[in-house]
Amino acid sequence: MSASAAPDLTKPRQPPAGREGAIKRGLASRIVGRTGGGLAAIALVLIALFWLMPTFGLLVSSLRDPQEMSKSGWWKVLGRPSDLTFSNYDKLLDNKDMTRAFFNTIWITVPSTLLVILIGSLAAYAFAWLEFPGRDWLFLVVVGLLVVPVQVALIPISKLYGNTGLFGTILGVVLFHVAFGLPFAVFLLRNYFAGIPRDLLEAARMDGGTDLTIFFRVILPLGLPAIASLGIFQFLWVWNDMLIALIYADTESAPLTVALQSQSRAFGANIDVLAPGAFLSLIVPVIVFFSFQRYFVQGVMAGAVK
Amino acid sequence: MATVSYKQATCTYKGAERPSVNALDLEIADGEFLVLVGPSGCGKSTSLRMLAGLEEVTGGSIHIGDREVTNLEPKDRDIAMVFQNYALYPHMTVAENMGFALKIAGIDKKQIRAKVEEAAKILDLTEYLDRKPKALSGGQRQRVAMGRAIVREPQVFLMDEPLSNLDAKLRVQTRTQIAGLQRRLGITTVYVTHDQVEAMTMGDRVAVLKDGLLQQVDTPRNMYDRPANVFVAGFIGSPAMNLIEVDLAEDGIRFGDAVVPVSREAREAAVAEGAKKVTLGVRPEHLKINSAEGLSKDSKGLAVSVDVVEELGSDAFVYGSVTIDGETKPLVVRVPGREVPEKGGVLHVVPTVGETHLFSTKSGERLHD
Repeated sequence: MSASAAPDLTKPRQPPAGREGAIKRGLASRIVGRTGGGLAAIALVLIALFWLMPTFGLLVSSLRDPQEMSKSGWWKVLGRPSDLTFSNYDKLLDNKDMTRAFFNTIWITVPSTLLVILIGSLAAYAFAWLEFPGRDWLFLVVVGLLVVPVQVALIPISKLYGNTGLFGTILGVVLFHVAFGLPFAVFLLRNYFAGIPRDLLEAARMDGGTDLTIFFRVILPLGLPAIASLGIFQFLWVWNDMLIALIYADTESAPLTVALQSQSRAFGANIDVLAPGAFLSLIVPVIVFFSFQRYFVQGVMAGAVK
Repeated sequence: MATVSYKQATCTYKGAERPSVNALDLEIADGEFLVLVGPSGCGKSTSLRMLAGLEEVTGGSIHIGDREVTNLEPKDRDIAMVFQNYALYPHMTVAENMGFALKIAGIDKKQIRAKVEEAAKILDLTEYLDRKPKALSGGQRQRVAMGRAIVREPQVFLMDEPLSNLDAKLRVQTRTQIAGLQRRLGITTVYVTHDQVEAMTMGDRVAVLKDGLLQQVDTPRNMYDRPANVFVAGFIGSPAMNLIEVDLAEDGIRFGDAVVPVSREAREAAVAEGAKKVTLGVRPEHLKINSAEGLSKDSKGLAVSVDVVEELGSDAFVYGSVTIDGETKPLVVRVPGREVPEKGGVLHVVPTVGETHLFSTKSGERLHD
């Protein structure tokens, strides 16, 4: 009150109400109050740097001469930056097995992600907004599928793939990822779509929209934040997966993770292949993450109703 | 341009015991502005949504023009709707919002732009066409919602409480604008509101609903002058009509210690019912303060003890209480703004002869007109 009212100069100045409260606060709450400031920021930056250290080491290692690597630690090169070389990457790009593995990863990851988004969002729209008998039971079953671990399915799917000739193909790996990505996709998107105001869909219906128009013109654009997060999750899972690829892909269709794993040896790793390969494998998801980040906008729904 | 008719239209929600809209019979003329009004839960919005095709019609039928639309999809009905919360597409600009229906219909881009600009001019939205809804004020959003309907040039406009999210001043202003716009465009309009002032000021005719049943359809004037039953009498008018139970007298009704003459037909109807008491309805402005030389010399009328006086400037409303048969009932009297009684005082009032409404106490229906 005293802060908003015009100051009365005839009376001695009272401390504003907020300050008075601050004096009475305990030690703990003062510490909590401080953490918003510079101290916490510095601590966070230090932790982040510490966390990035191995990745940085990987990057530096990938730029060193293989002979040097076995002799000294990667940090030694920081004193002599002129020793850094791209020769490892050159060799990697000439390595047919590695480039094929890299493209296999893309051929596996991109369809797995796009299919999950497409099928998942269509199913989510149906579960959220279409009326059909047994809808909610069916949705419960889909959510229930979330608890099925991948490992349980390995043998039955192997048999199935063996019978259908999908074993050792990229398509087989993609289908497996799509199947196991869908329950989560449907669950996440259905709940997001259900939060879109009903009136918006009814308005679109009044404007002459069919279910398909409503889905593509209203639901998809408004669902972008959820779809983007789903896209990132699914992309990362598939990109970083080794278990599924190790089982269902053959050498021709193996992705980068499997190819890199096959390069590691029990004695003396061939770090000149592993370091640049691993770095290549991790930089792509980072790029994907940052390019999808712009869809995480607050308040997409602002101005829709009321 | 088209007429709209509800024929015994009924909507029962799944699992509900009684229908939300019960055998609604309603004829709306071409170009008419019809207002559906009633308390919340009376079925007015459901009636509108049945016409829109957003709610299933479980009995009877609905026709637009000569066409039966009972089971048609909303998109095949050629109607446009303004939602209570506007329901604007947040990812589209104002122009895209307004042109969305035409775009779906596959109309040429240039033509859409022309129509949108024309509607924007009418609604004073031209400078906002490239903005997103979130950058607009409440009143502007409301106008965009209107524009989205106008651009369509539909056969029927449906409006579901389009003003309830505006502040009081803007609401009054927009009320007039919408009514004027409707007259100019001449498009049949069904308008839902819970606000009886909106209903009275905007509608060519007003339909009052309660518990899913149509109570009365009439022009605002007739609705005010001849309410068909106790519910309509109490609902239309602000402040509400006074409704009190009174005894029948030899040649009228007993009002305090006075006897007020009423129409012979109404009295006969009450007697024919075998009633000793009737419900008297009298509007606050039709109660006269009975001074010493009042209407009748030997009787003073009904004694009102003044509880609260609301002064509105031009006139004032006296909120008082009266005692009839040992029961205390509230009573509202309108008095001139410059002759306001004291709080806590006692007034004597009598109704103006010819301005009384008699209702059967048993059925609540009006006794003769």
